[in-house]
Amino acid sequence: MKLKRETVYGYMFILPWLIGFLILVLYPMIQSFYYSLNNMRITPTGLRFIYVGFNNYRDVWLQDMFFITELFSFSVDTLIRIPVIVVFALVIAMLLNQDVKMKGLFRTIFFLPVIVASGPVINQLVEQGATAIPMLNQDIIMNILTSFLPMWFAEVVGNLFNQIITILWYSGVQILLFLASLQKIDPNLYEAAKIDGGSNWECFWKITLPTIKPIILINLVYTLISLANSGQNPIIDLIYANMFNATRGYGFASAMAWMYAVIIGLMLLIIFLIFKEKKPARG
Amino acid sequence: MSAKNATSVVTVLKNDTLNTKQKMRLIKLRMEHFFLGFNDRKGFLMQLVIYLLLLGIGFVYLYPILYMFVTSMKSLSDLLDSAINWIPSSLYLSNYKQAYEVLNVRPALLGSLQIALFPTLLQVAVASLVGYGFARFEFPLKKFWFALMIISFIIPPQITMMPTYRLFSTLGLTGSLLAFIVPASLGQGLNSTIFILIFYQFFKQTPRSLYEAAEVDGASQFTNFFKIAIPMAVPAFIVSFLFSFVWYWNETYLTSLYLTSSSTDITTILLQLQSFSQNYETLYPATEAGPNKINEGIKMAGTMVSILPLLITYFFLQRYFVESVDNTGITGE
Repeated sequence: MKLKRETVYGYMFILPWLIGFLILVLYPMIQSFYYSLNNMRITPTGLRFIYVGFNNYRDVWLQDMFFITELFSFSVDTLIRIPVIVVFALVIAMLLNQDVKMKGLFRTIFFLPVIVASGPVINQLVEQGATAIPMLNQDIIMNILTSFLPMWFAEVVGNLFNQIITILWYSGVQILLFLASLQKIDPNLYEAAKIDGGSNWECFWKITLPTIKPIILINLVYTLISLANSGQNPIIDLIYANMFNATRGYGFASAMAWMYAVIIGLMLLIIFLIFKEKKPARG
Repeated sequence: MSAKNATSVVTVLKNDTLNTKQKMRLIKLRMEHFFLGFNDRKGFLMQLVIYLLLLGIGFVYLYPILYMFVTSMKSLSDLLDSAINWIPSSLYLSNYKQAYEVLNVRPALLGSLQIALFPTLLQVAVASLVGYGFARFEFPLKKFWFALMIISFIIPPQITMMPTYRLFSTLGLTGSLLAFIVPASLGQGLNSTIFILIFYQFFKQTPRSLYEAAEVDGASQFTNFFKIAIPMAVPAFIVSFLFSFVWYWNETYLTSLYLTSSSTDITTILLQLQSFSQNYETLYPATEAGPNKINEGIKMAGTMVSILPLLITYFFLQRYFVESVDNTGITGE
């Protein structure tokens, strides 16, 4: 009897979400999959569906000249940016975790981008070239990079330097999460390690990293999701453009969105696999 | 610290009981301790490195904003003068005047506020309910729903966007605030999953015995929720409210989808910024002579105006933003 009452209450509390999930997530997902299997034409009598099977998926790869190039550059960009952002966030969090004066001021500065950075604002800033570190000369960097890297990769890395500030601006939330978890590590652990002759370097690898490992995973996933959904992402614009495109429409755009989801899923898988592998090595 | 060290060096020098060699050794030791630190004290060099790094990174973080601010103050001649880099030759505010008109600030600000505030209130309220439900009760399929909730955060919104857009336009929700309010009140607003997780973590940490004691005294589940859970969860409410507000304010993808593709009066400040150049040209038609032409200064002034409301709010409330993350236990135990 007790258990049954708890079930009723539990479902009562999560009911809004449950309804929302069914109507606004599950049902649209099924619909979107159905769209992707059809050619949708807007006719005076309403939408007309022409079943085309998986043709849309084939067309996304073969007919759209932008999709593959954009997807490729997005994937490479993201796979480079994620570690840069997370490592950088960890470094800042560790610096702030020291006994520094004006810690609050620095935290305020590092968190500021989360408040300010929205799509149009970043677009404006990028347009003005305000997002590259001014002292770095782009041409020199590119020359050095191309001398020992293949062209496409040099471009990616050069791009990284060119937009370094916008990239760093993505790390606000991650810094806070790292900082909060660093502060929770028991100082006695470090003391004990020091007494046993551990250096700071060893303490970092043997105490800090294993303790904050779950947060690293969360931050990696969070970074991926926020990069994937950010307004800076050309693929999202591409999907949006196709949606209102007369000859392609919802069907094609849906297929594209699903392919994009698969790619994001693969990246998540990569992140999880990397984490799985390192477990026994560190444990 | 350095002053104290200096006096001790002097006392060592003045100490007559020591010979020169001993003095040198002592001074060297003190210097080493000062620069490199010993035991738990960090040396001066280490401190210097930490502060330099923090200041450097802080500058890099603020650089775009500083640049934006300075550029927005520059008149056309200042912009063209390559000798003027950081300090404009005079206080020039007409960029702001133009940007203010182009951005249509009054209605845009009102629109932004509406779109940020109402969905946020609903979203936070629903997130607290759902988080409580997941944290407090055991029910069949709980793990299953919980997993689905996390997955729904991870799948790209582009998948569900088109059917949702069609659904909303058949229901007549597009072009109105309802297009944001409905998803928010069903726990599917912007990043709802994160807020549900915040509340879940928070309610998980509150002791079960509190609720049980209240139940023994005859409190119903809803009394429990309103009288015990909510008053305790104030930090979680604050952090959720602030983040949700900022995220809704900064959202442009959904707002441009729901508010621009159908005729509506609602506009947000960021939508105005997105079409800043076009709006500028319609308001100030470009002439051949070109004094009316849009320039970086005006654009930056527009950007500055658009971030100003959040910037001001942030400077007053930054303590809540930054510290609340520690209090909510998002990081888990």
